[in-house]
Amino acid sequence: MNEAIVQLRGLSKHYGEGTTRVDALKEVDLDISAGSVVGLLGPSGSGKSTLLNLIGAIVDPSAGLIRLDGELVYDGRWIRKDLRRLRLEKIGFIFQFHNLIPFLNVSENIEIVLELAGYTLADARKRSLELLDYLQVADRAQAKPSQLSGGQAQRVAIARALANRPRIILADEPTAALDFERATIVIDLLHRVADEQHAAVIVVTHDEKIMPRLDEIHVLRDGALMEKEAAG
Amino acid sequence: MNLAIRDIRHHMGRFVLTCLGLALLLGVVVSMVGIYRGLVSDALSLVRAPAPDLWVVEGKTRGPFAEASRIPFDMRDAIARIDGIAEAGAVTYQSLQLEIDGRILRAFVVGYEPGRPGGPANLAEGRPIERSHFEIVADRRTGIPLAAKFKIGADWFTVVGRTAGQVDSAGNPTIYMTLKDAQKIQFQQEGAAARNLAVRGESGTPNQVNAVLAKLKPGVDRLALVQAIERWKHLSAMTQNDQEALLLQSVVEKARKQIGLFTAILLVVSTVIIALIIHTMTLDKVREIATLKLIGAPDRSIVGLILQQALAMGTISFSLGAGLLFLLAGHFPRRVEILPGDIIALASAVALACVLASMLGVRHALKIDPAQALGG
Ligand SMILES: Nc1ncnc2c1ncn2[C@@H]1O[C@H](COP(=O)(O)OP(=O)(O)O)[C@@H](O)[C@H]1O
Ligand SMILES: [Mg+2]
Repeated sequence: MNEAIVQLRGLSKHYGEGTTRVDALKEVDLDISAGSVVGLLGPSGSGKSTLLNLIGAIVDPSAGLIRLDGELVYDGRWIRKDLRRLRLEKIGFIFQFHNLIPFLNVSENIEIVLELAGYTLADARKRSLELLDYLQVADRAQAKPSQLSGGQAQRVAIARALANRPRIILADEPTAALDFERATIVIDLLHRVADEQHAAVIVVTHDEKIMPRLDEIHVLRDGALMEKEAAG
Repeated sequence: MNLAIRDIRHHMGRFVLTCLGLALLLGVVVSMVGIYRGLVSDALSLVRAPAPDLWVVEGKTRGPFAEASRIPFDMRDAIARIDGIAEAGAVTYQSLQLEIDGRILRAFVVGYEPGRPGGPANLAEGRPIERSHFEIVADRRTGIPLAAKFKIGADWFTVVGRTAGQVDSAGNPTIYMTLKDAQKIQFQQEGAAARNLAVRGESGTPNQVNAVLAKLKPGVDRLALVQAIERWKHLSAMTQNDQEALLLQSVVEKARKQIGLFTAILLVVSTVIIALIIHTMTLDKVREIATLKLIGAPDRSIVGLILQQALAMGTISFSLGAGLLFLLAGHFPRRVEILPGDIIALASAVALACVLASMLGVRHALKIDPAQALGG
């Protein structure tokens, strides 16, 4: 068994208080190991995005424990004060809406992450072109995001997520806007990254078509983790 | 990577338009200060032209500009005879409305004695007055060309020389003529009532002047001379510096307050407008800022983005506005004087305004939650 890169214990999250209280996530225990691509399933409102955002340190948990890449990051409070730095070092995000910065060109969208991580300008440019090449969008390096097709934009977003070689990649419905063929390419790509970078990839999806290609599937219902299925 | 410039380039058209609008506003701010400086220069041009050492005026008055002053013409000789005085000249000052080729011209007429203190400073063209009658030196602002002839009262005058930029504190151009000619016009102007008084010998007789200007011999103690002259009860004396300070105080002080207030209000308005523009630009970028935070950008990158855009906008607009004024300054009806020191001070004020103005946007940007990058 591989080491667990993401370790969650009793992780809970509720929004609001009293009569407006929503328990979005209830005492979730989860281990995700390096090299695996894991699916997160469940009906709308079941807490999938909440779980992803807790792992990504975008949302504050209500209770529980989070360990990322061997480092205890949440234990009733954030251990690290600089969560942006934590995200920059450990996590790559891929969103349903690709969230590229519209005023930067494709290459700059990737370079900015690298610059923030401390790369020199030349190194950042080199790595950016490498990634774009890897994702077969190198020919669009100078284009603005608005000039890309949906598939191209998603690939650039993936390149950005991979830029700083994170050990954890979080993808919220990354294939929702893509057809089967392109969705398959994206999932295969995530497998490759998981293997090559020894990373854990967590994919929230509704997409029945890609399920056979996932290593594990976790199902959420009303904020609680139901069962663990081996997919494929 | 500079985010501010890239975002500006992405919305170039909008940014340029915003800067143009702001440039007009800041141009007005610069022109307010330029107009004030022009006012000071104009007011002083009249006092500085004759450049005497002493101004002798009617006792207990602060004439001849701040208050009316009349002294008998023969005081000029009395003053010239004082030990330490090199030369003295009598002058009259009056506002006059002339009609030249059907055009109404308000002018400030200076009567002086050629060869004595009181005449125009360096002529821009032509020659000084040489004859004792009917020659004038007019400022270019009168619009009267060299060698032109026109009638004042019953007499024809000829323009023999022209000055540049000599006006009174109201901006009316000056016309120099001989003391005798000026006194005659003054006498005619005062009409029948004054003439009757003159007959009774009470006041307004033609042989009065408004001031006597004196130049001192080198090394003479001015204050001692002032005191000596003031021993004559009916005379007051002041130095050139006093006269200049007095003129600024009496004539320019209110304008200074008025224009200062107006400039301050305009700067506040500019700050508010820049603040609103920057705030709107920030609101338009909520998602981008949230994404930047999500991918790990520190607050300093985001503050930098907003602050740099505000400063870029301020710098470009101010330069455009000041440049525009520079081009147009010559076409203003009154003198507009743009001093480097004022430009530096105003540029600093605008930079400060930009920093203040971006606070609103910065505050908003810092509160943006990275989670706002998610979802539709
Ligand atoms: N910011 C929020 N404030 C209040 N309630 C929220 C918020 N985000 C999510 N929720 C609630 O938490 C529950 C889980 O939401 P979410 O994690 O988005 O589900 P999913 O991604 O599975 O559709 C839902 O009931 C949702 O209404
Ligand atoms: Mg969701």
